[in-house]
Amino acid sequence: MSTHASTVAESTTDSIHTPPGPHELEARALSVLYGETRAVKDVSIKIPDRKVVAFIGPSGCGKSTLLRCFNRMNDLIPGARVEGEALFQGQNLYERGVDPVDVRRRIGMVFQKPNPFPKSIHDNIAFGPRINGYSGDMGELVERSLRQAALWEEVKDRLDASALALSGGQQQRLCIARALAVEPEVLLMDEPASALDPIATQKIEDLIYELKRDYTVVIVTHNMQQAARVSDYTAFLYMGELVEYGATKGIFTNPREDRTEAYITGRFG
Amino acid sequence: MNQDASAVAAEPSFGTGAAGLKRRHGKERVVGAVLLAFSAVSILTTLGIVAVLLFESPAFFAEVSPLAFLTGTKWTPLFQDQSFGVLPLLVGSLVIAGGAALVALPLGLLAAIYLAEYARNGVRRVLKPVLEILAGVPTVVYGYFALTFVTPILKGIWPGMDTYNALSAALVMGVMIIPMVSSLSEDAMSAVPRSLREGAYALGATKFEVATRTVLPAALSGIVASFILAVSRAIGETMIVTIAAGATANLTLNPLRSVQTMTAYIAQTATGEAPHGSVEYRTIFAVGLTLFAITLLMNLVSAMVLRRYREAYE
Amino acid sequence: MSGRDPRSDAPGARSPATQVDGAAGPHPAAQRDPNQFAPRLVGRRRWGVAFQVICLVATLVGVVVLALLLVDIIMDGAGRLSLAFLDNFPSRFADRSGVKPALWGSAWALLLTVVIAFPLGVGTAIWLEEYAPDNRFTRLVETNIANLAGVPSIVYGILGLALFVRAMAMGRTLLAAGATLALLILPVIVVASQEALKAVPGSIRLGAYALGATRWEAVRYHVFPLALPGILTGTILALSRAVGETAPVIMVGALAFMSYVPDHPLDDGFTVLPFQLYSWVAKPGADFQELAAATGIVLLVLLLVMNGGAIYLRNKFTGER
Repeated sequence: MSTHASTVAESTTDSIHTPPGPHELEARALSVLYGETRAVKDVSIKIPDRKVVAFIGPSGCGKSTLLRCFNRMNDLIPGARVEGEALFQGQNLYERGVDPVDVRRRIGMVFQKPNPFPKSIHDNIAFGPRINGYSGDMGELVERSLRQAALWEEVKDRLDASALALSGGQQQRLCIARALAVEPEVLLMDEPASALDPIATQKIEDLIYELKRDYTVVIVTHNMQQAARVSDYTAFLYMGELVEYGATKGIFTNPREDRTEAYITGRFG
Repeated sequence: MNQDASAVAAEPSFGTGAAGLKRRHGKERVVGAVLLAFSAVSILTTLGIVAVLLFESPAFFAEVSPLAFLTGTKWTPLFQDQSFGVLPLLVGSLVIAGGAALVALPLGLLAAIYLAEYARNGVRRVLKPVLEILAGVPTVVYGYFALTFVTPILKGIWPGMDTYNALSAALVMGVMIIPMVSSLSEDAMSAVPRSLREGAYALGATKFEVATRTVLPAALSGIVASFILAVSRAIGETMIVTIAAGATANLTLNPLRSVQTMTAYIAQTATGEAPHGSVEYRTIFAVGLTLFAITLLMNLVSAMVLRRYREAYE
Repeated sequence: MSGRDPRSDAPGARSPATQVDGAAGPHPAAQRDPNQFAPRLVGRRRWGVAFQVICLVATLVGVVVLALLLVDIIMDGAGRLSLAFLDNFPSRFADRSGVKPALWGSAWALLLTVVIAFPLGVGTAIWLEEYAPDNRFTRLVETNIANLAGVPSIVYGILGLALFVRAMAMGRTLLAAGATLALLILPVIVVASQEALKAVPGSIRLGAYALGATRWEAVRYHVFPLALPGILTGTILALSRAVGETAPVIMVGALAFMSYVPDHPLDDGFTVLPFQLYSWVAKPGADFQELAAATGIVLLVLLLVMNGGAIYLRNKFTGER
């Protein structure tokens, strides 16, 4: 049950290489069912701290569903059932008595399509801290969050303007700033750049690279080049199962599994 | 055989030919004209309403100055000592509509929040139609209920209250317009995209916070529009007030007393004996005009609120 | 920036503009202090539950009042219900009173209203959805209909009085009442029919046109039949509203004491169920209150049947699709 992994990579199978170093976030035999359909099948994976892990796989392989297990967003879908464990700092997130509201503050999420609230830029960022009882200097927190999201210089003179007036890329960075404002320890990103143009995408990718200094980042992406650019470790999922997991370079240059290779070379998905 | 086949081949095989096509197009034009005429009926209705209400105005306002009408505080057109100040009727309508709003707006909004954010599908499927039934009960039945059930109870609390009083009517009317508020507000809240809710949940918000601090503000224009429409409906309602509120045009804010609303006046005068062509008869139109103007204004404002301030979510 | 940047040799290397702002000072994330957050989870949870209860109670208030209303009227009026009640004319003597002319009057009014309002309403909807170009006039018509839906019913009554009863000299008859009620529910039918027509997929129309049908042929043989259940449902619901309306009927001149059943729509004098209720409730004495209640029950039963029919129709046809 130790959360301190050994310095030598463990592997449960040949294709699942757990990264070295500490890992606070972990899934153990995790399954998600919608009614009769099993969207995530018995996945066990350890996410290393302060690194970027990418989940890749064809549409419908369960990568987003798996991601959403870590902040209990699947609770919001009627009929969704979770089996197994999702652990954060040693505690099973799905245990009775664990408050999902608490989980979600500490494990933040950024969505595929930017979803800023129809409020001002300032209020978008202040919303999370306010409801979570932030007692410090809000203005300072807002500035800090916007700086972390590389948006401060662009909006510092118009914090009262509507967030909807920003471009798509700016809105997504705003959503990242918003997520960071509640000072999570983990940041989950569900295809954060797929709705953005290439320039905005690049900015997001640069941002992710910076963020991993202070946050554990898990990113779902269907863009393999992006996964290769941005992540330290990559997990390939197929039809709800974890097929292969390991250092990104290794996955993309020398995949062990046939399915992984087929996906990476574009034969399907 | 051969001759038949070639004969068939020589004829246009789509039976009607050029003449038939022309006939079909002619029919098309006739149908289009008829449907256009039908549609014009709606325009004619509005013109008719305006014309009818305005028709009697010149004669009425020749006898009664508009200023006296709009600012006078006594309404006694049917008495010997005639006075034509519409304020008692106006205030009566507004007091009752205001009371109804105090009931319907909070209850309707809370019900909408419950149905939109909290209720499970099965519960909503039952509760929503039941609330709609409230809207389907004829207002005359509500009037009966107000007079024979609600008023005696209220009199038990305030023994000095008039039998015909504003409070009874306002309470019952409030319940009647709950579905209007709840239905429109719920539509507005359901239209808020899921992504907005998810964004708030992901920041660690409780369901209450998502409902009140994210969804409600985003749906505000629809909610406000529903409020305005509901109050407009309350002002224009006739039977509850005619049966339960009274026929004495008292200028008062005290809900325990009899009042007469604009609508009640019109209804009660029409069943009375005002001779055609008299100034008393024309008061029906003057009051009707006032009523129409107020409700029209409110409906237009409601539509404008909906259009102008509808949040763009994307 | 740290030296261990594996992407510096990637195409499109980063430009300075994409560096994190404020990189010169202490890293923003280093300043974070989770202790400044006091999520007060228990308190927020408790309030959330309390609020949910409040909302549920608010929702149930309407339900409870409805139940009270129904119980009250049934208890008051059930004693007076009998076949004789349905067969008698109103009279000074409560025990001999009945709703026969009101019942027939409502039936006639219903028939007249639907005959006038249905073609006009559905025709308007077809024109708006299938024929009308997207110009200012069309928008004016639609806005106008929306406004008409919000006009108080008594104003329609004034219109009926001045236009049908007097100007068109129909007199105080069922025809005038039917015409007035038809105008009242016209916007409702138009909107419901428009919705039903909108719900028919565009591919149906395109398929018909592609076979060389004129617009009317496409509508009549393809679009309209598919929209018909929705149109009928909407019409029945609109009619059930007309049946319960009193104010326009007052203005058009319903009579409190009808001693005969009208033979035809232009027969002078008429009454309808809601007006009969109103006349009785306005009279002093418990007897007449009971008669009013009994009339109310008859009216509610009629509405129940109509609405039930509409819902049955809707379910039957949405099930089939």
